Amino acid sequence: MRSFRPVSLLALPIAGLLLAGCAAPAEEEADAAFTLYSGRDEDLVQPLIDAFTEETGIEVEVRYGNTPEMAALLLEEGDASPADVFLSQDAGALGAIADEGLFTTLPEDITGAVVPEFSSTDGSWVGVTGRARVVVYDGETLTEDDLPDTIDGYVTEEWAGRLGVAPTNASFQSFVTALRVIEGEDAAEQWAQALADNDPQIFESNIPILTAVNDGVIEAGLINHYYWFRQANEVGAENMRAQLKYLTAGDAGSIVNVTGAGLLNGAAENEDALAFIEYLVSEAGQQYFVNETFEYPLVPGIPAPEGLPALESLVTPNFDLSDLDSLAETQELLARVGLI
Amino acid sequence: MTLAPPAAAAPAPSGAAAASRAPGERGADARLASRAARPPLWLVLLGSFAALLASIPLVYLLVRAGGSGPERFVETLTRGRVLEYAANSLGLAAATTATALVLGTAVAFTLSRLRVPFPRLWLLASSLPLAVPSFLAGYGWLVLVPSAQGFVPSWLLLSAVTMPYVALPVAAALRGASGDLEGVARTLGRGPLSAFFVATWPQVRPAAIAGGLLVALYALSDFGLVAMMRFPTLTWGISAAYSASFDRAQAAILALLLVVLALLVVLGERSARGRVPRAAARAVAPRAIGRGMLLSLLPVVAAAPVVGVAIPLLGLATRLVQAETLRELDVPRLLAAIGSTVGVALAAAALAVVLALPIAALGARFRGRLVSVIESAGYLGHALPGIVVGLSLVFFSLAVLPGLYQSVVVLVFAYAVLFMPKAIGTMRSGLADVPVSLVAVARTLGESPLRAWWRVTVPLALPSVGIGALLVAIATMKELPATLLLRPTGIQTLATELWNRTVVFEFGAAAPYAAVLVLVAAVPAMVLSGIRSTAKEEW
Repeated sequence: MRSFRPVSLLALPIAGLLLAGCAAPAEEEADAAFTLYSGRDEDLVQPLIDAFTEETGIEVEVRYGNTPEMAALLLEEGDASPADVFLSQDAGALGAIADEGLFTTLPEDITGAVVPEFSSTDGSWVGVTGRARVVVYDGETLTEDDLPDTIDGYVTEEWAGRLGVAPTNASFQSFVTALRVIEGEDAAEQWAQALADNDPQIFESNIPILTAVNDGVIEAGLINHYYWFRQANEVGAENMRAQLKYLTAGDAGSIVNVTGAGLLNGAAENEDALAFIEYLVSEAGQQYFVNETFEYPLVPGIPAPEGLPALESLVTPNFDLSDLDSLAETQELLARVGLI
Repeated sequence: MTLAPPAAAAPAPSGAAAASRAPGERGADARLASRAARPPLWLVLLGSFAALLASIPLVYLLVRAGGSGPERFVETLTRGRVLEYAANSLGLAAATTATALVLGTAVAFTLSRLRVPFPRLWLLASSLPLAVPSFLAGYGWLVLVPSAQGFVPSWLLLSAVTMPYVALPVAAALRGASGDLEGVARTLGRGPLSAFFVATWPQVRPAAIAGGLLVALYALSDFGLVAMMRFPTLTWGISAAYSASFDRAQAAILALLLVVLALLVVLGERSARGRVPRAAARAVAPRAIGRGMLLSLLPVVAAAPVVGVAIPLLGLATRLVQAETLRELDVPRLLAAIGSTVGVALAAAALAVVLALPIAALGARFRGRLVSVIESAGYLGHALPGIVVGLSLVFFSLAVLPGLYQSVVVLVFAYAVLFMPKAIGTMRSGLADVPVSLVAVARTLGESPLRAWWRVTVPLALPSVGIGALLVAIATMKELPATLLLRPTGIQTLATELWNRTVVFEFGAAAPYAAVLVLVAAVPAMVLSGIRSTAKEEW
């Protein structure tokens, strides 16, 4: 008799919900003082939070995700967001949240702690670390001398078909915006057109570019510096085939973009949430990022990771992060030349 | 029988039974006659309700895009390379679907109708690609062949991982289909291929085409694999609109274009599906074949398991050997992730089946514009990237049920919306195969309608419900973007744990999670390879 079988169907949802219930975290985090949305990964952020909790006794509830998705989530949630603090991997996402008016203004002792070029101009968010744009190249087929010192050198005929870029990616678009601000609209469009006509190797994001260079698939590419250090940390620096080239200071190809944090409107009065942002730009917080992610500290007086050019040498005189607001024009330009 | 029928299976089969009770229906004509009948109102209401829930992502997209005027639509859709991306999406979906259809049918036929060694084992191997997330397959291949890029690898890999959507239902249908017709065709002078197309293909076509639809929607909505293989499609554009522009209107317009493409595919499937009345089934003994034939069929049968499973896992193992982060595995954490993965997968499977049942019951017995609209709406969620469905439920949950926001309930509901189509097709054909005459016989023997439904329709259609539930469970285990957006803060699934580690290059630490994810998802896949589509006469 087969007809007893439907009973097993009943068991499915019950067992499922029971299992999901058991696996859900116990109420241990119910007394968390605030909720952090982290656009940076758990392996990196959780030890920092544990140190913060140890020092202050403040419990934090953390939701991890990719920065773009966390930003989209915050925009969708609006004022109903359970989040108190947003820790972002790039300035663009912070700008998007600030533009919607979802951030409250941070006190000046926090925003004033970091180099002003690397924070919001209106105090809506604070920069936490810096990440430089670099050229990554295949150390087996090229030496550093083969590589041009400015971004213009990479769109010549000699480089046809050899350069990997990720035109739909936020960090590439920030770089093109910097190019527009520093060199002017016409020069920027000429550069982008030259790149588009030069048979570029198109990728979706930075990490696959690094992987492709490291595997000898392409000879060079435009990425952010810390990806290299994190992979080197995994496989050993001596095993890295890919190498980094820092372009001349002041060149758009060497701009520094930032990671940062902001306080959401609903948490304007939340001292504990504020204490966490303060911790991020404290000496302990900054040193943690230097040691673990090889990113630039943004608080003056804390030395950059070993082996990196000084942050000051990468500061671009006529450019600061608020200039990155004109993203729409950059995308228009990239669409016109056929890169996106 | 003292047990009450489960709520999960209740609505639709009794709908089918209700249809069978329409006046003037007897014997073999009953099924055809019932198609012309109007569906009972309560079934239409249930089906419409399920279709409405499945349309939440569409409503969300219309709200997000609605603020922009028509110029914005034109401007967004004609800008830069958007149309090229759309063409790429369509081309990839078409090529993948055609390949999966041919390969899946060939594999199913070989394993069910020809005498090959270890047919059960091969069928099991053919189900395994289901367990491999497409991004993992892409990643594993890139480790071994770093230069793989563009259309061809995307097409071949997607075909390999989606082939089981065709092979498993066709194999199940073949086990139920009558093979003597093919023998008759052969004795009448048809060649083997021609005999197959004349006699057997019509019987498996609905199963094959329904599987093909799932393949096409999978290919349209895939992002992980095409991003790795550097083949830009519309999902790249949608991702970039969220991640570089933070422009939800732009993302919504692009996603609506994807919806239009998906609707074309769904309508295409509806007209290609056909409605062939199935002959009474009798299992057929497999035909003996020569050694040469056997050897030439081996690559066909082995292609998908090798390309979609063996090589990617080999690639992952290679990276594992190179990694320096072979740290101690946090076993309780791994177990917790397994628990929550299996838990949400079971719950999602159950909910998806409940939602899909009225839609499947309508599709199985009735035609007409309303049924067509309800069925198409049910398929929508599957054509959209997880991030779109995830955000739509953030929007919906905060507006309607703020108390449940970031709870398991909304997460499970999102999975059901995303993967319900995987259950609709199989359950529709399972219900359609229940002979109305059998239900009528039970009634004439004095059974009440409910008992007739319970003793005839339920047992006969149950295997197809099981297939649908397993397909949903497998897909849920592998899902990442919607999970990241909607999970209760702090809960981890195997997919999110894997993501936690791959974003930071910790391949050594990631490998156990990848391996366990594939293993856990392989269990339902293997069960799937053994289920018959409908209970048939034993031999």
